[in-house]
Amino acid sequence: MSARANILGKLRNSLAGTTPRPDEFDERLVTAPWRYAPEDRIDRLRSLMEAVHTEVHQCRSDNWPELVAELLNKRNLTNLLCAPSKEHGRALQAYFEATEQKVELLAYDQPVEAWKEELFWNVEASLTGTLGGIAATGTLVLWPDRNEPRLMSLVPPVHIALLKASEIHDNLYDMMVAQDWAAGLPTNVLLVSGPSKTADIEQVLAYGAHGPRELIVLVLEDA
Amino acid sequence: MSQRIPVTELTPDFRGRAEEALADGQLRNNFRVAMDSLMTKRANAFPDADEREGLRELGNRIKAGALSRLPDLLEQLEQKLTENGVKVHWAETVEEANSLVHGIIEARKGSQVVKGKSMVSEEMEMNDYLAERGVECLESDMGEYIVQLDNEKPSHIIMPAIHKNARQVSKLFHDKLGEPETEDVNQLIQIGRRTLRRKFMEADVGVSGVNFAIAETGTLLLVENEGNGRMSTTAPPVHIAVTGIEKVVPNLRDVVPLVSLLTRSALGQPITTYVNLISGPRKPDELDGPEEVHLVLLDNGRTGAFADAQMRQTLNCIRCGACMNHCPVYTRVGGHTYGEVYPGPIGKIITPHMAGLDKVPDHPSASSLCGACGEVCPVKIPIPELLQRLRQENVKNPEQPQQVKGGGAKYSRTERWIWRGWQMLNTRPALYRSFLWAATRFRVLAPKKAGPWTENHSAPVPARRSLHDLAARHLDQNGGRPS
Repeated sequence: MSARANILGKLRNSLAGTTPRPDEFDERLVTAPWRYAPEDRIDRLRSLMEAVHTEVHQCRSDNWPELVAELLNKRNLTNLLCAPSKEHGRALQAYFEATEQKVELLAYDQPVEAWKEELFWNVEASLTGTLGGIAATGTLVLWPDRNEPRLMSLVPPVHIALLKASEIHDNLYDMMVAQDWAAGLPTNVLLVSGPSKTADIEQVLAYGAHGPRELIVLVLEDA
Repeated sequence: MSQRIPVTELTPDFRGRAEEALADGQLRNNFRVAMDSLMTKRANAFPDADEREGLRELGNRIKAGALSRLPDLLEQLEQKLTENGVKVHWAETVEEANSLVHGIIEARKGSQVVKGKSMVSEEMEMNDYLAERGVECLESDMGEYIVQLDNEKPSHIIMPAIHKNARQVSKLFHDKLGEPETEDVNQLIQIGRRTLRRKFMEADVGVSGVNFAIAETGTLLLVENEGNGRMSTTAPPVHIAVTGIEKVVPNLRDVVPLVSLLTRSALGQPITTYVNLISGPRKPDELDGPEEVHLVLLDNGRTGAFADAQMRQTLNCIRCGACMNHCPVYTRVGGHTYGEVYPGPIGKIITPHMAGLDKVPDHPSASSLCGACGEVCPVKIPIPELLQRLRQENVKNPEQPQQVKGGGAKYSRTERWIWRGWQMLNTRPALYRSFLWAATRFRVLAPKKAGPWTENHSAPVPARRSLHDLAARHLDQNGGRPS
């Protein structure tokens, strides 16, 4: 007998003569305490994310590239990983070219194996879009894809994320239902609620454990 | 890395280890400070008691519902994961699970494994198993890394290195890594970051645990703060997840309350920094992520717990650690005293199914039954009730068939006779009266030594006259008894 057959057999045996319990999920318990007026969503998200050392800026679709340049220059960063295949990547590229920024824009356009060493040691910052945000917990939702792969928001020490204000949901349950996640998930879905951190030594909070030391969120208020 | 320090060796001597721990002022201070802070954080994370209780009830229903159709859910999970390109393996024992993991690594000719935090891999003692076969298996959670570097075992399921302070970590990094000594926690963490970053990049295989496996979508969900879980499951070309068969939930929406209960109960956080949902290996058009994803489903005694409707509730556990944070015994003796993978109240009720109650005969009674563990459990496992049940199983006649693995280890013929005598005494009034008469008249003959009791207390001496006698006399002198 295989391990599988043995395990399932034992479980079935123990359940003999019983009926499965009915599904008693009560969605009010995970939604009602977590509802906000639309105008309060940004503030809620912002205060929760700032409480865990996230830098949050509110800006517009026409001025965020300028802010990105400013943030990078302030930190003396020399390169930024972004996706020229995406609309926000193109907008950034256009702005950086027009204003002759010194920061080099890098693209994640080959399999990780081809440039792992460089990605892990030389890339200083990255910029990605998000699928949306969650006000209840101060969370960004990322669905990495070919244009913005999984390691892009993890390996570089600074991660800048663009969040459209209209895509901030009250709570995770609402977002899952609104976008019908249960119908099929991509390879990886990420909920990100701050820069990487640990409290494993004496419970003292330290940022930049293994992922980004800094998370910067740009909320596009008009998008 | 296979060498271990004595405190983590599995010996039945819980009392000896407890005495040592109680005498260690530094250790007690480390735990007291940490547990106080974790309790405060949890309390602050649930400001509304009604909301908290509603959510706990829902958490309990989801887990109980999942267990009530566990075999079907496991099959559904396997089917969905397989459709998504994940390879599913089943193991009845830790040996089988280790051999499966080693087989996958060998097929890739791997020599370096980097591990995200996984309690199931601790059950398997995977690090030792792989080390003996020439595979380096490095822990990447900061706490686990510190513990591994010192050849220790975790002392808490969420905070593995909570028994150490910064000075002790500094000395460890100095001795083992040649780093300059510093008690600055930020600098210590940066040492860990630098060392492990190279390992993430070079590793052939990443191993992780699973917090929830979602049958509906074929998804493995992991929560973490550090990013080491994401690294381990994304950077190496192969990802192997190991988990117990009880971690499956039916629907994606079920993880909304469960994750909230988990992170708030464990750390007082509304959510962890990362919630990582993995539904398959790298697709042909994707540029990163592992080429292979494997899931090893481990039994290791869980079907035994499942067979007993009362003990089945232990499988509700979502491994938050709140029960140990609130346990007055755990706080004083620390995690290593338990000598097992899972310490504290939850450890006491799940270890018997894995190792056998005879391996941990002192655990069920190392509790004041204060009830704190049951009150804070986010999925409402009645831990005190299960501890009482295990106390009974502990003293059952070992010659009878046992309901719990290794039951009857504390059976004593003398104790059985004493209880028989006690029962006889209390069910026969005439006998009881004569006993009382004799015990009070011959009180000087009461034994001066009464086992462990008289080690720390004076021996009990019967009163000159029983309360019954005194009451009778009082009534006689003051107007007689009621007829």
